[in-house]
Amino acid sequence: MSADPSQFDEPIIALRRQIDELSAGEADPAQIEELQRKLTKVTKEIYSNLTPWQKTLVARHPQRPYTLDFIGFLFEDWTEVHGDRKFADDAAIVAGFARFRGTPCAVIGHQKGRNTKEKIIRNFGQPKPEGFRKALRIMQLAEKFKLPIFTFVDTQGAYPGVGAEERGQAEAIAVNLREMAALKVPIIVSVVGEGGSGGALGIAVGDRILMLEHAIYSVISPEGCAAILWKNATAAADAAAAMKITARDIKRLGIVDEIVPEPPGGAHSDPPKSAELLAPYLERALHDLQKLKLPMLVEERYKKFRRMGAFEKA
Amino acid sequence: MAWFQKEKKPKEPTEKQVAIPEGLWVKCEECKAAVYRKEVEQNFNVCPKCGYHFRLNARERLDLLYDDQAYKELASNIRSGDPLDFRDTKRYRDRLKVYEQRVGKGDAVICAEGKIDGIHVVICAMEYNFMGGSMGSVVGEKITLAVERCIDRKEPLIIVSCSGGARMQEGILSLMQMAKISAALARLSEAGLPFISVLTDPTTGGVTASYAMLGDLHIAEPKALIGFAGPRVIEQTIRQTLPEGFQRAEFLMEHGMIDLITARADMKPTIGRFLRFFLNK
Ligand SMILES: [Zn+2]
Repeated sequence: MSADPSQFDEPIIALRRQIDELSAGEADPAQIEELQRKLTKVTKEIYSNLTPWQKTLVARHPQRPYTLDFIGFLFEDWTEVHGDRKFADDAAIVAGFARFRGTPCAVIGHQKGRNTKEKIIRNFGQPKPEGFRKALRIMQLAEKFKLPIFTFVDTQGAYPGVGAEERGQAEAIAVNLREMAALKVPIIVSVVGEGGSGGALGIAVGDRILMLEHAIYSVISPEGCAAILWKNATAAADAAAAMKITARDIKRLGIVDEIVPEPPGGAHSDPPKSAELLAPYLERALHDLQKLKLPMLVEERYKKFRRMGAFEKA
Repeated sequence: MAWFQKEKKPKEPTEKQVAIPEGLWVKCEECKAAVYRKEVEQNFNVCPKCGYHFRLNARERLDLLYDDQAYKELASNIRSGDPLDFRDTKRYRDRLKVYEQRVGKGDAVICAEGKIDGIHVVICAMEYNFMGGSMGSVVGEKITLAVERCIDRKEPLIIVSCSGGARMQEGILSLMQMAKISAALARLSEAGLPFISVLTDPTTGGVTASYAMLGDLHIAEPKALIGFAGPRVIEQTIRQTLPEGFQRAEFLMEHGMIDLITARADMKPTIGRFLRFFLNK
């Protein structure tokens, strides 16, 4: 086993390779079965003991399901719409309408690319102001037609570029925070990968906040925090631990409502299974929230965020 | 969020920065002239030679804006509890102690009620000397209480921002203060009450991406650095040097994000005039 903590997956990969090789030959089925059992055990062991930094790597895994994957697995009649009607269409955020278990709804999420070309088109999942403004436009349409909103959060952060600043990156995020707080329809947020600071929060104000088991949620990237406080970007693992960015910590701090389990080897090992595990949480959230009448829904959302924070009174 | 702090990280209290240095004479950061300290102070801490705005601390700001420099502080009993038991090269709670001793126990914002031109208002003035004016749970709670007080008493709100962004040492709790304050501001707006956001040097990161950009009116001080991402982070991303004046108040006004740029000497009369416009007085 490698001493490099980022290579924690190695024993799993080695076992899989061994099983594949044996399966291709004329191996004893009992031997393969034994290895399968071992694989299950090792996978479970490794994934139930991930450090915060290892979780960061899992949350960024290139095979992890992205928003469009979850939409494909969980929603019907998905139809994407484009543009903020002001400047452009930002492919780093997808938005549109679909049905969830038959119920019409709006769906919005950050979208990363899988290969180089897609990554560039999606700007590595880092939205510009027009992305946040498109998201708000669709959320306001949902409100107009009384449709619930599902959002999927997976970004390392809002894009730090010249054009983004010129067009008001900060203003775009700020307006979303204010408007989402008061939208008169249920908002169900799923943090499925990286919850990267303001760029994540810009579509993450809601009534029910779910977080996948190995997702992270953070005020700044571990690398960014390390560079500032440790003056050394290689201290990212220390920063990841210090900032308490794992689902368990985030739930303990009262920010998310529920932790959604992932398949034993992480969401990337079995994306359809990961979506299947998320589905009942979304169903329950929608069911519960649809029972809440206005203005209770908005009042409860206010109280939810009002409680966030930890301080002492002298 | 706190990206900007890559460049101007939360300073240890030994910072020089642009608060007026001790001594009879002061060197202006901008025009490099040596100016008589008294003269600068009498000029609202603005360089009499070139108009450079030295940074004000929270109390100086409140003194500048409130009638007769009279105000009553609100929610002054709230302290950070180090909820993450955070430690980098130092413990967060030890850093807090140092700042509390040197700067005061108000954390990075002082909220107070008083009058501007005879109109009852609440002003929240951020304190840059306290960990770079960074926003954690205390800043979030104090400002939210201030907003709620304005709603209860039907009074206008003024927030003077001066901050590098969210406080990393409180992790996700700092990020959520953006949502918490913005939600309260939605209610303030719904109640038809004025909110004037004053942006001073610097206003960046999570503070800009929440309340600083949600004013009915955005008034900036001349040349204040205002942005979301910090200049150095942007330079690293685009691998180019940024143009002169990028993310300065004048740049933001040109791009439609700021209503007006007001010199410090005119700040109080300008705010007073708008309050009377908005309150139909
Ligand atoms: Zn000068």
